Amino acid sequence: MLSPNIIMASEVEATKPYDNVRPVEQKLSSFETLWGISALRKGLLILVLAVIWQVYASYLDNPLLFPTLSDTILTLIDRFADGTLPARIWTTLQILFMGYVVGTLLAALLTVLAINTRIGTDFLETMTAMFNPLPAISLLPLALIWFGLGASSLVFVLVHSVLWAVALNTHSGFLGVSRTLRMVGANYGLTGISYVLRILVPAAFPSILTGLKIGWAFAWRTLIAAELVFGVSSGQGGLGWFIFENRNLLDIPAVFAGLLTVIIIGLIVENLVFQTIERHTIQKWGMKE
Amino acid sequence: MMQATVARAEPIVPAPEKAPLLSVDRVTLRYKTPNLLITATEDVSFDVRQSDRFVLLGPSGCGKSTLLKAVGGYMTPSSGSIHINGRQVKCPGPDRMMVFQEFDQLMPWKTVLENVMFPLLVARKMPKAEAEALAREYIDKVKLTRAIDAYPHTLSGGMKQRVAIARGMAMQPDILLMDEPFAALDALTRRQMQDELLQLWEDTKFTVIFVTHSIAEAIKISNRILLLSPHPGRVKAEVVDVDKVSHEDGSAAALERDIHNLLFSHETGHKE
Repeated sequence: MLSPNIIMASEVEATKPYDNVRPVEQKLSSFETLWGISALRKGLLILVLAVIWQVYASYLDNPLLFPTLSDTILTLIDRFADGTLPARIWTTLQILFMGYVVGTLLAALLTVLAINTRIGTDFLETMTAMFNPLPAISLLPLALIWFGLGASSLVFVLVHSVLWAVALNTHSGFLGVSRTLRMVGANYGLTGISYVLRILVPAAFPSILTGLKIGWAFAWRTLIAAELVFGVSSGQGGLGWFIFENRNLLDIPAVFAGLLTVIIIGLIVENLVFQTIERHTIQKWGMKE
Repeated sequence: MMQATVARAEPIVPAPEKAPLLSVDRVTLRYKTPNLLITATEDVSFDVRQSDRFVLLGPSGCGKSTLLKAVGGYMTPSSGSIHINGRQVKCPGPDRMMVFQEFDQLMPWKTVLENVMFPLLVARKMPKAEAEALAREYIDKVKLTRAIDAYPHTLSGGMKQRVAIARGMAMQPDILLMDEPFAALDALTRRQMQDELLQLWEDTKFTVIFVTHSIAEAIKISNRILLLSPHPGRVKAEVVDVDKVSHEDGSAAALERDIHNLLFSHETGHKE
């Protein structure tokens, strides 16, 4: 016989497309699941480093040059208990928050102008080209003359450190939004600010978030560096001033406690704040694997 | 037996008994590349009536996608005019919903349901509950109820295109513009999607312009086919009553052969 013939594999049930998912998916072992958590892996690394610090410092036995981890932590707890460190952290964070928010808002304004008008694009491109390579801290001497010793000088420098990084990344993110999505937005009759907010901002969110992260890192470094130069108001400085002050008093464990605080706050913002935002946005949306 | 007829370019416009939904009148489209001015289509005219499944068919370079974008309002003709319901097309609008070939036409930050609801909320200013009910109805029509809360990146290509079709249809536009919506799908999914599209049409009798470069797809889907020749795109012929062919008696295969000869014959005389 020459006509084609279909031989059925009888034991395979003809299933509906989604009925057979369960046996196909299998759970990973609990070790694989735990090892998959990056926070756990990183925590383990920190633990190893802490042990090395403690052992080496004990071996060195010179608290003036390199105090042990336990001394540092005791000082840290001490300074937290007497209220010095929380006050310093609060001062620093207040200034940081102000500078960060103002910088981000200005960046938003600039990029919205840039995406809607050609002269706005030119302005943004010229300004970022000029000011992005200029370290914000180098403006501090000038800021001190203009605004005096005080919070406003620090905010000025912070705005400068945040603004260009955020604006640059947001703008390049907007330009990278796919043509199809832009056409979809136009199809719905979206124009102007609602087009920016409903299409461009979410579509460019990975770049915007990168900009915000870089801006945060710049701002944090700049602020601590700037505070090393002066306390905000007489006797009530931020974290940088705390480090500088204790160095002058040769209280080296307190210097280390201050540095540790700077690192911990940096870690918290990077790993808790930004990663939480990332998990709930671009990871959930599949824009970052 | 009814037979699909291939008409030459001249007798396309038989005095229509009622005004067409969309009329494209002697449209020439040109666009600029950095150093060239390219004529995509020249002097193209056609009418689309209510509930037509109108296919623009031609080899690459015949300007069929450009033509569809002009109907969508994304580009302005350098001469000629496009009218929909008597109004001239000037800019994109929700009365002409586009379905694109690219999978990234869905908003990755919205779930399937939110994607379908979004144009209802922003373009038709519908109350939320009403939009949700309508969106659910159309998602059900494209058989995606199971994936209604999924984000687009978890869907397969075929499912993404189904969402895009549901999104377009839920808006109940005057006309649905589909730009090679199945071209990026694998062959099996593609056949399935064509069948589903026809079922949807039986359901709601929507009007659609469909761009494709597959003759078989054009015959399967359409009731009218406009054949375009390339460089620049000109109307070569129009095929009417395409839905009268059947696969049983071989008339579909015959029509496919005719169209093939028409598109690839370079002499102006009649084929065969």
